[in-house]
Amino acid sequence: MLEINNLHVRVGDKTILNGINLTVKAGEVHAIMGPNGSGKSTLSHVLAGRAGYEVIEGSARYQGKNLLELSPETRAHAGVFLGFQYPVEIPGVNNMYFLKAAINARRVANGLTELDAFDFIQMAKEKAKLVGLDESLLQRAVNEGFSGGEKKRNEIFQMAVLEPQLAILDETDSGLDIDALKIVAEGVNALRDPDRAVILVTHYQRLLDYIVPDYVHVLSEGRIVRSGGRELALTLEEKGYSWLKEAAAT
Amino acid sequence: MPSSTEELQSHLRKDYEHGFTTDVESDTLPPGLDEDVIRHISRMKHEPDFLLEWRLEAYRHWLTQREPNWAKLNIAPIDYQAISYYSAPKTQADGPKSLDEVDPKLLETYEKLGIPLEERAALAGVAVDAVFDSVSVATTFKDKLAKEGIIFCPFSEAVQEHPELIKRYLGSVVPTTDNYFASLNSAVFTDGSFVYIPKGVRCPMELSTYFRINAANTGQFERTLIIAEAGSYVSYLEGCTAPQRDENQLHAAVVELVAMEDAEIKYSTVQNWYPGDENGVGGIYNFVTKRGDCRGDNSKISWTQVETGSAITWKYPSCLLRGDNSIGEFHSIAVTNHHQQADTGTKMVHLGKNTRSTIVSKGISAGQAQNIYRGLVHMGKNASSARNHTRCDSLLMGDRCGAHTYPYMEVKNPSARVEHEATTSRIGEDQLFYCQQRGISEEDAVSMIVNGFCKEVFRELPMEFAVEAQNLLALSLEGSVG
Ligand SMILES: Nc1ncnc2c1ncn2[C@@H]1O[C@H](COP(=O)(O)OP(=O)(O)OP(=O)(O)O)[C@@H](O)[C@H]1O
Ligand SMILES: [Mg+2]
Repeated sequence: MLEINNLHVRVGDKTILNGINLTVKAGEVHAIMGPNGSGKSTLSHVLAGRAGYEVIEGSARYQGKNLLELSPETRAHAGVFLGFQYPVEIPGVNNMYFLKAAINARRVANGLTELDAFDFIQMAKEKAKLVGLDESLLQRAVNEGFSGGEKKRNEIFQMAVLEPQLAILDETDSGLDIDALKIVAEGVNALRDPDRAVILVTHYQRLLDYIVPDYVHVLSEGRIVRSGGRELALTLEEKGYSWLKEAAAT
Repeated sequence: MPSSTEELQSHLRKDYEHGFTTDVESDTLPPGLDEDVIRHISRMKHEPDFLLEWRLEAYRHWLTQREPNWAKLNIAPIDYQAISYYSAPKTQADGPKSLDEVDPKLLETYEKLGIPLEERAALAGVAVDAVFDSVSVATTFKDKLAKEGIIFCPFSEAVQEHPELIKRYLGSVVPTTDNYFASLNSAVFTDGSFVYIPKGVRCPMELSTYFRINAANTGQFERTLIIAEAGSYVSYLEGCTAPQRDENQLHAAVVELVAMEDAEIKYSTVQNWYPGDENGVGGIYNFVTKRGDCRGDNSKISWTQVETGSAITWKYPSCLLRGDNSIGEFHSIAVTNHHQQADTGTKMVHLGKNTRSTIVSKGISAGQAQNIYRGLVHMGKNASSARNHTRCDSLLMGDRCGAHTYPYMEVKNPSARVEHEATTSRIGEDQLFYCQQRGISEEDAVSMIVNGFCKEVFRELPMEFAVEAQNLLALSLEGSVG
């Protein structure tokens, strides 16, 4: 589904990603861990098409297409979803209205008819219940004045509504209380499907108790320095990232 | 509004050339302004003596005044002797004969604005009498109003038919000495609109100027007078979302509203004068004096405006709250892009007891434009328990534009209350990316954010107008982010 090859990315004159290689197949869940500033969000943004990043080398293919030359909205239409580390507030724009515009833009791009208001509201309410999002948040402006945890939940809610093929969740677990964490995990697990894939960026192995990943990767200084299974996260939790550096030095 | 009325109005918008043509000789004066020019205008329009005297008095006062000092506005000096103050209305004979002759870019704009197909021809200046028997539609419309005793006609017609009303009310809200541009307008205005709603009558339809304004002509110094007698109601729409060009750069209109006891006037404007090119060259200067007088107790006047055009806009629709318990409202959206400059706001002058006013101002700036809110809330010494609430929000797009807020307050009564809130926000790259990541195009994202920002004001506009106004905003800001 996604093949990233030797990806180098620069912002201004600072090189942040130094040759990322990563293959994600349909049905898989990949966790990406790594110290602050190692490039996890940068990778997520580049995959979603945010402006301001310069790809200096390497490639990323998604469903057989050159991902990097598609506009952000085209990627979204093709099923790429980014759960933001810092969800953005859009004052004055109703949450439901926003999401309806989003889902219909995608449906139209894929040759489907638009959902009417009634069907959309039915569906959105079900999904809100599924991810434990308070219904009153549906009628508020997008993320405006939401608490940190509410914003993260709103991201998962949007994901549940949009049903992406490839969900990239950038620290969606940060700032969540234990109950919310479980609900978010349920939301992600509900989406797990042989046709979909998930990339989970997280600092906490705790999330991986609920969403069991197929692979765990460690990103450090813009490179994947180690990949492994579920147990890698446990080792990291126990030994910290310095262990990796020592291991690399020997 | 019932759909039959809607239909009627949409027909009427087309025949501004026909139903209400003003009866003037064809003549154009050479540029220049002196008392003879004013006498000439008055004579051409067969005006009664009192009106000529009134004009001359205004002119003499104008001579003693100086142009206002342009605060933050960057303006080239205006040569008042280079303007021609009277020219006969143009006929459609030299206009396009059919839509095929109209600039396709203009038609595309109409389409984007959502202007109904059948109105586009009229707006583009195509003669439409072949399509509709417009005279009969106009007659039906006039009959309907006449049955209620409502007068709605060109100003010059009112001067002929109802001189007593003109004499009584003209200048009673905006005196000839009010300000430089009001004095000039009083001296030289050529036409405008007149509305009279009798006691207790609720005007059965929205009154709109666009179907009868002689687009090529009344624009420059327009005069509007609306009188709502006790217990009456009227909603008046001015302007048009379609872009309007004019060879006259200076526009100085005066609008006076009078609301008697328990009367309500709702005045909505959409202004889309040519703003000049991307470098700000050639745009219209729009210096307007608009004032409403809540003369009777429990009366209400509300101004709603969407301003997207003009190179320079200078306008402060105001309310004099004289009657006890009277209400003044001001809801405004001002959009400036490229090199446009807008200095707009309102004055709420509370004189009566328990008077209330609400001000909602939404300023949007993009490009290198400057957007200024300037407002005055005055609580007179008899305005006990008067209240004002002001909210000024500014939205910036990009980092070369500016927004400034100057709220002035004068409180002479200790029981009066004034509240002011202001916010400034910026449409950020992060907001746009967030929308795009969810599949919404940048263009749709901008219009969604802008419409969200403005929705309190859109809510005040009549339905059909609101939709066009939203499209207009999106169009004015097209391509200004990113
Ligand atoms: N626009 C930018 N300009 C300059 N430096 C940037 C920019 N964006 C990211 N960086 C730098 O790139 C590095 C990687 O940032 P990134 O946000 O990808 O890290 P991260 O792994 O997500 O960290 P965290 O765990 O704290 O979220 C950091 O040093 C950051 O300061
Ligand atoms: Mg990050």
